[in-house]
This record gives sequence, C-alpha cells and structure tokens, in this order.
Amino acid sequence: MTEWWLNFTSPIPPVLLTTAYIFVFMLVIVGCVAYVTLAERKVLGFMQVRIGPNRVGPRGLGQPVADAFKLMFKEMVLPRDADRFLFRLAPLLSMTPALAAWAVIPFSEHLNFTEINAGLLYILAMTSLGVYGVIVAGWASNSKYALLGSLRAAAQIVAYEIAMGFALVGVVMASGSLSLGDIVRAQQGSVLHWYWLPLLPLFLTYLIAGVAETNRAPFDVVEGESEIVAGFHVEYSGMGFAIFFLAEYANIILISALTALLFLGGWLSPLEGLAPMQAFHVPYLGVILGSGAHWFVAKTCFFIFCFLWFRATFPRYRYDQIMRLGWKVLLPVTLIWIFVEGILLYVEFPPWFD
Amino acid sequence: MLIQTAVFYFFAGILVLSALAMITVRNPVHAVLFLVLAFFTSAAIWLLLEAEFLGITLVLVYVGAVMVLFLFVVMMLDINLAKMRAGFARHLPVGLVVGAVMAAEMIVILNTPAFDLARPRLKAADYSNTRELGELLFTEYVYPFEIAGVILLVAIVAAITLTLRKRVRTRSQSPARQVNVDRKDRVRLVSMDSE
Repeated sequence: MTEWWLNFTSPIPPVLLTTAYIFVFMLVIVGCVAYVTLAERKVLGFMQVRIGPNRVGPRGLGQPVADAFKLMFKEMVLPRDADRFLFRLAPLLSMTPALAAWAVIPFSEHLNFTEINAGLLYILAMTSLGVYGVIVAGWASNSKYALLGSLRAAAQIVAYEIAMGFALVGVVMASGSLSLGDIVRAQQGSVLHWYWLPLLPLFLTYLIAGVAETNRAPFDVVEGESEIVAGFHVEYSGMGFAIFFLAEYANIILISALTALLFLGGWLSPLEGLAPMQAFHVPYLGVILGSGAHWFVAKTCFFIFCFLWFRATFPRYRYDQIMRLGWKVLLPVTLIWIFVEGILLYVEFPPWFD
Repeated sequence: MLIQTAVFYFFAGILVLSALAMITVRNPVHAVLFLVLAFFTSAAIWLLLEAEFLGITLVLVYVGAVMVLFLFVVMMLDINLAKMRAGFARHLPVGLVVGAVMAAEMIVILNTPAFDLARPRLKAADYSNTRELGELLFTEYVYPFEIAGVILLVAIVAAITLTLRKRVRTRSQSPARQVNVDRKDRVRLVSMDSE
C-alpha cells in the first residue's frame, strides 16, 4: 500500500477502515463469483462447440446481472412441514464460511487482512463448516431427495477432508509453519522450488479432494440430477437457491486460491530465478514480471479454469467409486508421501529441504 | 479490557443458553445444532484466552467432523420422543444429584493451587500458542502423546473390526478386475456375408 493512501486514510479509526476494506472485498468476491458462473457457461459452451450466453449486454457480459435480478424477484417457496427457521438459515450456513475463510488469505507480501500463526488451521476449520449448510438444508426441506443428497454430502465431505488434511500436513512439514504467508515465503527461489514439485502427490490429492469438497463434477453426486433431481437444494427457489449457487462458486474460488498459495507459490513470480536480476528493475515492466498480487490472481484463475475444464471433461463418478477413491487411493497416497517427505527432510534432500 | 470483558460475557451467555437449549428442546436435530453452537462459542472463549490453536482445533475436530457424523446419525433415526421423555420426572432427582456431585468436584479441583484462578496474564505480542503446544508435546510429553496415539489406534482397529462382517448375500464389485478387462473377453466380432 502506498504512502499516499496511508496518509489519506490516517484520520479514520482503524476499526472503521478495516470494516470498510472487508465490505469492499466482500463485494469484489461476490462480483467475481457472479462472473465465474458466466465464465463457466462460456467455457462449457466453447468446449461443447456452441456459443453460450450471448444475449444480455455485449458478448453476454450482462448475463450474471440478469440472472441475479431474475432470482431476486422469484418467489421463495416454503415447503409444507419444512422447518421454517432452519430452511431459511441453511443457505447462510453454506455462504458465510466460504467468505470468512478469506480473512487469512495473503494476496502479496504485505497485502492481507491478517496474518495469524494458525492460518491454515483456520482455513481448514472454516471449509469444514460449509457442510452444515448442505446437511441442514437437506433435513429442513422435509423431502426425500434433499435428505438423500445431504447424506451423500456428509459422507463425501468427511471422507475427502481427511485426505485434504494430510495433504496440508505435508505442506506444513515442508514449510515449518501454519501461517499462509510463511508457507509462501518458504517456497521462494524459482518455479522448481514451489511445492508442486517436491510434494507432487500431495498437490494432486489436494486438487482432487478440493473438487470433491466443493461437490463439483465429476464428484457431484450430491446434486446428481439423474438420480436425486437436484439433491439438497431441490426445494429451494428464488434467493435461497441463488445463495447456494453463489456459495458453490465462492468455494471454488477459495479452493483455487488455496491451491495457488500452498503449492504454486502464491504471489511469487514464476520468472524468479530464471530471468536475470536486472529484468525486475526495468520501470513498469519489472513490476509486472516481479512478484505481486497479480501472479496470485493469475494462478487462482488457472485453477478456476481447471474446475470448469474437469466438469466439461469427466463423466460423473458412481457413489461407491467416490468412496473407494477417497479412502483407498488418496488417503494411502498422502500417508506414503508424508513418510517419504519425512525421510527427505531428515536427510535434508537438496534443493528443496536443505 | 472493558471490551474483552463484554465479549467474554456475550459468548459465555450464548454458551450457557445454547447448552441449556440443547438438553431441553424437543427435536433431536435442533439439540445437535445447539450443541454445535455451544462448541463454537466455547472455541471463541478459548480464543479470548489466546489459545488460538485449541480454539480452532475444537471447531475443526468437533464441529467440522464429529458433529457432522452425529447429525448424520440423528437425521436418519426415527426417535420416539414421547417414550424418551416419559421418565423425565422420575429420573430428575438422580440427575440432580449427579449434577451436584460433578459441580462440587469441579469446584474442589479448580481451587487447588495447580489451577491458578487469578486473572490470566496477557502474553507478549510474539507469543504463539501453536508453537508452545508443539514444543511441549514433542519434548516433555512425547511419550504420553505417543501412548495416547496408540490407544486411539487400538480404538480405531476395534471399531473397524466390529463392523467388518461378511454377510451372506452381499455382492460387491472388484474394481481391479473391472479395469483389467480385455476387449476380447467382452466383444466378439463376427464377419458375415451380406445377404
């Protein structure tokens, strides 16, 4: 943050200033979420050799706004015998943890809301809370399909959280810190120093478990249209449905951002260690080539694209295959690699662990 | 200090109310959700004590995993509430006695010198609860820690053994055999003359 901005905001009490930052940031995130839905429809369209939404605004760019207005003015139907309070609470229970997790995400060396020394644990705790929205929605709807969907969600998320947690254990072992900022700083060096290479099995496990945690294709049996209509949110309409929809995309952005931070060096520039040092001191161009928030955003966008790509490519897993993959493949892979990593750390294997 | 005290009483109030609601509400799913709220607020109180590792772990383990499975089970049960509540008045005196004994025990224990009940001192700014706990667990208490781990492992093995039984008519697929299928096992091409 520049000197000028600090001077400009110095008369404002810090509490108000932080609240304003958080408010602005939430708006940005919700805006990103809205446009990820458009990106998804466009990307799927191109992959399926069709155009995708192109009617509202130039090239269909107004589509998310139109969708938002449509959903806002739709009636929210309350099913008979539904639990009135929990039915309304459930969408919020899935949205808030996805937004709250952003509190500890560092965008660049100094651009973050807070850097707490148990940041990774906080993220893990927040992402594990999201399942309550799904479960409560399924139960409160008083509908068979919704209940089946939420039971599937509970089993799936608990199963993949373990593999995800072990993948994170590997990152913590390598960096020696639970703070996200320190984890990125520990990857400094070059592209080959980022953890995707020494922790390749854990990186892949984390990405797969992340897709499963967000209930996205190919692991979207929670809402599998062909089997249980729309799963846990089958009874929701209007804004209730819209918030579930937003929560799903907010989680995609969050998981992508985390993968970028933990395995692809967050804000670090990929040219670091490759390009000559003078390149980073060229006016303007050096700023773009050097480390900064823009690299973090670019890496996050790449993983968001991967999520959409997976959806267009893979057929849906069968439920027993999902459980088998989580418990019998991913979990052993992480356990074995943590063991291998322990040995590598003990012998201080160069160039990563020396 | 004033703000901290206010925050403490705010969370403590929610904690007590949600704990009371948990044992009095009629619907078991609501009871589980109140228990979740109680865990969450106690985690917040731990954060006030600068025990952020414990607070976040409480949310992660109990709220994020244990209570999800609880909710999973409770949602599927068809509990007869009338039958469960039938003995409430009869069992009340026993319950009160047990509660009173537990409260008395806690008062006695917490007044021993091991628990310093004076106002907790603020730690220095660079104090890291995570680091302190890790250093204690892996140096001074490493054997008790490992023994606890082994006991948990035994419990896991026992629990899995209890559920591992072969039913007579269970059918299951073998994914290894499924992926090893060859084309010639399944497809036979027949060349015929056109008629």
